[in-house]
Amino acid sequence: MPRGNDKEYSVQQMIIEKRLKKKNHFNFEKLIPGLLLLTAVLSVLTTIGIVFTLIFETFIFFDRVSIIEFLTNKKWYPFSATNASFGIMPLVVGTLKITGIAAIVAVPIGLATAIYLSEYASEKARRVIKPILEVLAGIPTIVYGFFALTFVTPILKQMIPSLETFNALSPGIVVGIMITPMVASLSEDAMSSVPRSIREGAFALGATKLETTIKVILPAAVSGITASVVLALSRAIGETMIVSVAGGSTPNASFDVTSSIQTMTAYIVQVSTGDAGYQTTIYYSIYAVGMTLFLFTLFMNLFAQFITRKFKEEY
Amino acid sequence: MNVTLLKSQSKQIENTQTTHIEKQFVYKTTDLNLWYGSTHALKNINLDLHENEVTAIIGPSGCGKSTYIKTLNRMIEMVPGVKTSGEIQYRGRNILDKSYGVEDLRTQVGMVFQKPNPFPKSIYENIAYGPKIHGIKNKKVLDEIVEKSLRGAAIWDEVKDRLKENAYGLSGGQQQRLCIARCLAIEPDVILMDEPTSALDPISTLKVEELIQELKNDFSIIIVTHNMQQAARISDRTAFFLSGEVVEYRDTTTIFSNPTDKRTEDYISGRFG
Repeated sequence: MPRGNDKEYSVQQMIIEKRLKKKNHFNFEKLIPGLLLLTAVLSVLTTIGIVFTLIFETFIFFDRVSIIEFLTNKKWYPFSATNASFGIMPLVVGTLKITGIAAIVAVPIGLATAIYLSEYASEKARRVIKPILEVLAGIPTIVYGFFALTFVTPILKQMIPSLETFNALSPGIVVGIMITPMVASLSEDAMSSVPRSIREGAFALGATKLETTIKVILPAAVSGITASVVLALSRAIGETMIVSVAGGSTPNASFDVTSSIQTMTAYIVQVSTGDAGYQTTIYYSIYAVGMTLFLFTLFMNLFAQFITRKFKEEY
Repeated sequence: MNVTLLKSQSKQIENTQTTHIEKQFVYKTTDLNLWYGSTHALKNINLDLHENEVTAIIGPSGCGKSTYIKTLNRMIEMVPGVKTSGEIQYRGRNILDKSYGVEDLRTQVGMVFQKPNPFPKSIYENIAYGPKIHGIKNKKVLDEIVEKSLRGAAIWDEVKDRLKENAYGLSGGQQQRLCIARCLAIEPDVILMDEPTSALDPISTLKVEELIQELKNDFSIIIVTHNMQQAARISDRTAFFLSGEVVEYRDTTTIFSNPTDKRTEDYISGRFG
């Protein structure tokens, strides 16, 4: 556009002038990728650092206690002065019991919630329920811990008289309650992202809502649902406060859920808060347990990725 | 003896004739009105749709043609805030009556959508899904249904060696014919098609059009299209919708060669729309 008079500039001229000014200035644009890369590298380095510390200290532990004893011995008595034994089995069983009970609670309830929210709930109901679920996910785990000990355990005791004050059942159920919102919310995301047109295709064939949900939507969302379950179970494996407060501290390799247990995480808490001396075998044992825990969650994540890829249904 | 036989025969013929006359219309629409909230989308629609014919519904965007076809299998109910008045009789029963089971209706009236929407399953499972939910479990029967439906939709030769593969590996045109096959699998009476070729390339469009010509021997087809040439090519009767009203409805050759309404003439001669 030509210039009308001396005071009026055309837009092109203004842009050209601004660009000239910019060129003389220091160019931020070129710096941005570098800065972003730095932050990305930082978190990767931190992770690598943690893993290396774990590996390093774990090796020192295995200098003192043979890895075969660690894996095969069925007794975990680290504090015994005369006859200490370090068999990881009881702690692993404790963790598995909690995770198993949590899964039994969280998977059906979480999935049912997700199905309701994604397929049946009105927009209004969804708007109320989803935030409540997210609040549930935000409750500090220590609160869940004493909820398990002071509320759930007494109720369970009335039903099962032989239940000990510290047991696997109560914290298992409460861990399940804790991870239910995660299963529900992530599964709901997976189901909601199945395109509407696919639902219409099923309805147009005379399928009912339930037939559409079970036979079309769930299979289409299976990878997302599996990922949500595995992710939630990883949290159950790593859960610490609830089991420390309500699970007890008796390493126990039996699969009885009514007696006191100790999980891998609870053991690490016990040692960290107690007075085990620096560089004692007990001190190093928490790294070995931590390493085991890390391998568990790593395996779970790899498994989730495998499932996601294998069952991926494209749409 | 002979006389009575003849009499009874002629009676039979009469009977078949009367039933034939009753069956001539699949749909009778009487004073249908439809609102989306406060928007009046369909206004006093009166339209009778014929058996074993292809009826095309044409009109510019927003004229209510898609709304109308979705009312015929009550898919429109999925839109929140829809209200209707009037009557749509399908084979003599009012489908807008709440006592009419919507699943029953949709097993009689199949639908093919604007964009191909196969299920994220294998080709085989896509076809078998309909019969399966309606209780057909026998593997041999299902195999037969799958083959027959895919042949019916003229796609069997292209997919017979890859029935176990995911349907999303097919091209857009093949996916749409798969969706037609999925619809055929439950042997419906009517097939509704909502702009079935609008997302397809010209060659796939041609294949689907040829298919529609064949299907009309066994099914009554109602097709919404924004493509007037398509309507002229494939349909027996055409209804022209404008702003929620039926402007003109007659057999296709007449409406395109000799429209009575000025608005129809303007539309088909490309003056608007």
